[in-house]
Amino acid sequence: MSVDLSAVRRIAHLARIEVTEAETPHLQGEINAILKFVEALDAVDVDGVEPMTSVIPMRLPMREDVVTDGGIAPLVLANAPMTEDGFFVVPKVIE
Amino acid sequence: MTDPTSLTLAEARDRLKSRAMSSREITKAHLEAIERAKALNAFVAVTADKALAMAEASDVRLARREGGPLEGLPIGVKDLYATRGVHTQACSHILDGFKPTYESTVTAHLWRDGAVMLGKLNMDEFAMGSSNETSYYGPVASPWLPPNWSRDQARAALMDGKRGLLSPGGSSGGSSAAVAARLCLAATASDTGGSIRQPAAFTGIVGIKPTYGRCSRWGMVAFASSLDQAGPLARTVRDAAIMLRSMAGPDPKDSTCSPDPVPDYETAVGRSVKGLTIGVPREYRLEGMNAEIEALWAEGAEWLREAGANVVEVSLPNTRHALPAYYIVAPAEASSNLARYDGVRYGLRQPGADIVELYEKTRASGFGAEVRRRLMIGTYVLSAGYYDAYYVRAQKIRTLIKRDFERVFADGVDAILTPATPSAAFGIGEKSSADPVEMYLNDVFTVTVNMAGLPGIVAPAGLSSEGLPLGLQLIGRPFDEETLFSLAEAIEQSAGRAKLPEAWW
Repeated sequence: MSVDLSAVRRIAHLARIEVTEAETPHLQGEINAILKFVEALDAVDVDGVEPMTSVIPMRLPMREDVVTDGGIAPLVLANAPMTEDGFFVVPKVIE
Repeated sequence: MTDPTSLTLAEARDRLKSRAMSSREITKAHLEAIERAKALNAFVAVTADKALAMAEASDVRLARREGGPLEGLPIGVKDLYATRGVHTQACSHILDGFKPTYESTVTAHLWRDGAVMLGKLNMDEFAMGSSNETSYYGPVASPWLPPNWSRDQARAALMDGKRGLLSPGGSSGGSSAAVAARLCLAATASDTGGSIRQPAAFTGIVGIKPTYGRCSRWGMVAFASSLDQAGPLARTVRDAAIMLRSMAGPDPKDSTCSPDPVPDYETAVGRSVKGLTIGVPREYRLEGMNAEIEALWAEGAEWLREAGANVVEVSLPNTRHALPAYYIVAPAEASSNLARYDGVRYGLRQPGADIVELYEKTRASGFGAEVRRRLMIGTYVLSAGYYDAYYVRAQKIRTLIKRDFERVFADGVDAILTPATPSAAFGIGEKSSADPVEMYLNDVFTVTVNMAGLPGIVAPAGLSSEGLPLGLQLIGRPFDEETLFSLAEAIEQSAGRAKLPEAWW
């Protein structure tokens, strides 16, 4: 499989990464090189094989359903590039 | 008087315990060494005041005959570990100015045991790379001189963009360079596809990626969560064992972290390997393989045989699928993990007319080229219509890879011996061709271990004809790091510890 220029633009948008027209052909070449590299996997017989979900067999540990954290809003906001009155600030999202 | 930076971690520990040296003295010597080695670019942040304060507190405890297993020992921390109030950016521009308000579990364990933090170490951006060249903070120069280079020539190159100097490997290139250049007694590193083991091989030091789940991932900047594992880089097998014991251990904040207690790995160092069965996988004998690497591998098997181990040929038929499958699984998980860098909650922000533009502009300017490429591949293989063909298929192949190892271990093999890397260290800028796959091939011997969640250790085993270090890898059963330490020490004994380069920088 390989991607065309419009697919590169679509993938970039899905990944929320702005790409310029000038860099699109270059990216297309690199992505196709990687897709070509992984093409060999198409020949592997995986019939009846379960996909791996956990690399080490272990049971998901359970803990008591209680609050263990919280009340640290200033710490959560400490690294935000823009805040106001204890909130993250973003451009208007609702018209 | 002994230069404290020439000591191993174990020797420094013993001198602190006997009060022959103080932590302040050892820490100061390392801070001075870091200052003199600035041009190597191994450290991206030096925490000198913090280091001296920690050292003084350690000296107080040591004077009272108290203190933990690492009391007073100065170490470096890869920039991927969250350290409270200290530069933590995984060497990415997108985490510009980020200073966590919390501490990673692994580093918290190290400070609990008395270690002293010297600073944060350079790395490939978000650990995506095998040469440390994708770092926002620039490449790191290996302390090893390129073949036939004079010290003056190398010093001149340091001032000129490091052209022609050797890469210390990656992604833990700052960690490997700092340990090999004696800027710290040991360092933390992390390994998603070989990022501890390849830098160890390139710089003539020891690195272990423990079993998935042995160390907590909490507070480590995530790359690919089902593959990432913490581990140490150190100058001897014993030092790596001492470090791992402190780094590992249960953590309720990471549900994939093993609840089992951590053995005292140091007691495995020097233990006899007599009677152990070592597998040599025929599929690792690649077509067109470097003859020196092949000879070293055979020599390593011979050393273990002389030490009393049985060496048998084994088969891991799905080996060749591991690297392509990795380049689906790892980018897929990365594209999900790195979605959090949105310009809203932390780090860099580029203004946009609306929220989507803000995301797109922030991520375009904050991520470097390699990270952008992998995020796009990951987004593609997870997108509607391609998920089954790529991601699910790769995860099925992962099951096959793991089964290969399980079968070999069930047949009575205790550990598997392989080369660490396809070649000795390459030069900075040497592999910057248009084809990203060329760099990916560096991980061909290491990546299977991450795909199967197994422990793997690399120890220096000799020098190439050009005088550069070469390493061998041992792969173990899940949670059997002890056998790896015993075997790696047998290799270390036979090969002799790599003579690290004298300072030319």
